[in-house]
Amino acid sequence: MGGFWSYVVEPGFFESQTVQVALLVGGVVAAISGVVGVFAVLRGQSFAGHAFGDISAAGGAGAFLLNISPLFGFLGMSLVAAGCMEAIGVRRVRGRDVATGVVLGAGLGTSALFLYFNTTLHSTSGAAISVLFGSLFAISTSTVPAVVASATGALAVVLLLYRPLLLSSVGDDIAASRGVAVRVTGAVFLLAMAATVALAAITIGAILSTALLVGPAATALRMTRRPSTAAVTAAAIGAAATWLGCLLAYDSYYWPPVDHGWPVSFCIVAVIVISYLGVEGARSHRLRNASGRAGSENRTTAVAPRAVAASHGGHEAHDGHDALDASRTD
Amino acid sequence: MREDVADPTSGRAVESSPFLLELDGIGVWLSGREILRDVRFGIGPGEVVGLIGANGAGKTTIFRLVLGLLSPTSGRVLIEGQPRPRRNRSVGYVPQKISLDPEMPLRSRDLVALGLDGHRLGVPLPSRHRRELVDEMLQAVGATHFADARVGSLSGGEQQRVMIAHALISRPKLLLLDEPLANLDLRSEQEVVELVARVAKDQGLAVLISAHDLNPLLPVVDRVVYVANGHVASGTTGEVVTSEVLTKLYGHHVDVIRLHGRILVAASPGLSAERGELEDSIDGTTADGTTADGTTADGTTADRTTAV
Repeated sequence: MGGFWSYVVEPGFFESQTVQVALLVGGVVAAISGVVGVFAVLRGQSFAGHAFGDISAAGGAGAFLLNISPLFGFLGMSLVAAGCMEAIGVRRVRGRDVATGVVLGAGLGTSALFLYFNTTLHSTSGAAISVLFGSLFAISTSTVPAVVASATGALAVVLLLYRPLLLSSVGDDIAASRGVAVRVTGAVFLLAMAATVALAAITIGAILSTALLVGPAATALRMTRRPSTAAVTAAAIGAAATWLGCLLAYDSYYWPPVDHGWPVSFCIVAVIVISYLGVEGARSHRLRNASGRAGSENRTTAVAPRAVAASHGGHEAHDGHDALDASRTD
Repeated sequence: MREDVADPTSGRAVESSPFLLELDGIGVWLSGREILRDVRFGIGPGEVVGLIGANGAGKTTIFRLVLGLLSPTSGRVLIEGQPRPRRNRSVGYVPQKISLDPEMPLRSRDLVALGLDGHRLGVPLPSRHRRELVDEMLQAVGATHFADARVGSLSGGEQQRVMIAHALISRPKLLLLDEPLANLDLRSEQEVVELVARVAKDQGLAVLISAHDLNPLLPVVDRVVYVANGHVASGTTGEVVTSEVLTKLYGHHVDVIRLHGRILVAASPGLSAERGELEDSIDGTTADGTTADGTTADGTTADRTTAV
């Protein structure tokens, strides 16, 4: 047992304080990213989520310049971006991408400036890599309480707005006609998403934060039929991928190029992408089989194709195999 | 709201209105354009009323007024004789379409449950009462066998059923259905019409149902409200759907022909050749669409062009 484990988990992995902080921060951030990500995808705001990551890079780079904790840089800039987008009109579906794009451009331009100053004035060339691609193993212990507090805040917002958010993702008019304050709900969710993305940015980097927000959520949405199950599944996938990524990065010290190790952000993203592809592959394989059966049914009952579509068999092809929702209890 | 018509406290409140919903001299201007002018009609309890008009005639605007999503420039919307409160659960709403991705993890029963408490904060706790209510409502609209399917994966007619259950579960007195028959094949169209007639009768529910074609609604509507050019004409089918009334409403000559229980509304050929938009403004009620619809292989509704 000892021999195998020491092969999989390098001795010293769990004892290292760096690793402990990385596992804690990574796990918490990945879990909240998964939950918020499910709603971001449902509401069609993945692009805004990505934009927060890129824009928060300006805050992260600014924090390096001012020598303050990068978390506050990322967080501050991301929240400001959320405010700007809301003001410009992110709530209107038609203006959404434009508003996001404008704010995104401004943020990235500022990042370029700050990162340039970091390189030329402070000669901290590592800042660019750290801001854009993350440094989970370099997070200081003192940041942990702020990370946990921000993540808890974002989670509280999503839990509080759970039903209004779902209802308005079905239709803003439906939600408004039932007395949901659609605009306030959307704005508060946008702030929670901005905070979440800022957390993801310190974990796996500003640019890769999308992977943590959208990746586990997209995987979970393919596995389940219920919003609550999707959120829990996404959180679990995100945390598992982050922990596995940490382990791989730790082990990679002995991979080529020997004695250098692979970036932890790459390892995490690789696990997320592979899990997505695995689930998607398994699902389309099942769908192919199911539609093959449905197709032969259709041919035999060609007179009334609607009847087939309306019967349970029709939905079986779409939904019948969601393993996580096998029970229909509420 | 103007002062000369707004008198919400004293005289108005005690005056009992025979209407569940009353639009009283409504005018609406949106971005410098007059959308509705002096619109007045009422719906009594348990009445099924068809709101008929072409795309852009103002049907959705009227719905938004009743739902309180839009304030009229002039006039009043009264519900049970009272000015419409900001949040009113006595009105249920089924929008024309819901934008649900087939991938969206929301089952029919989840959407119906949101009709019960979707405006509340916090995560819903599992409750037997809630679940029974949802099951009962799914059964009432005949949606039991796709209760656990993703709403986005359902057909248009099935989504309509689920949305009707979503709207009905909070026990409204008035149900608004925005173009529920749009994009439905003939069979689903008929099913939805039958369902509406049944729930209206069973639950004593008043229904305002919009459509661009009156014919599929003929078996269920007690009265019709025609909308064109920002004006309305309301009354029974016999009163409203006449050459005189519609000619006045549309502002050009319109023929009304009753044929085998269906009603054909057509502009005179000369006019429609002169002004292309005329066809749009009355592309509603047509009789010959039926055969075309019936024979289309995929069962989708064929374009209802005006027979002239």
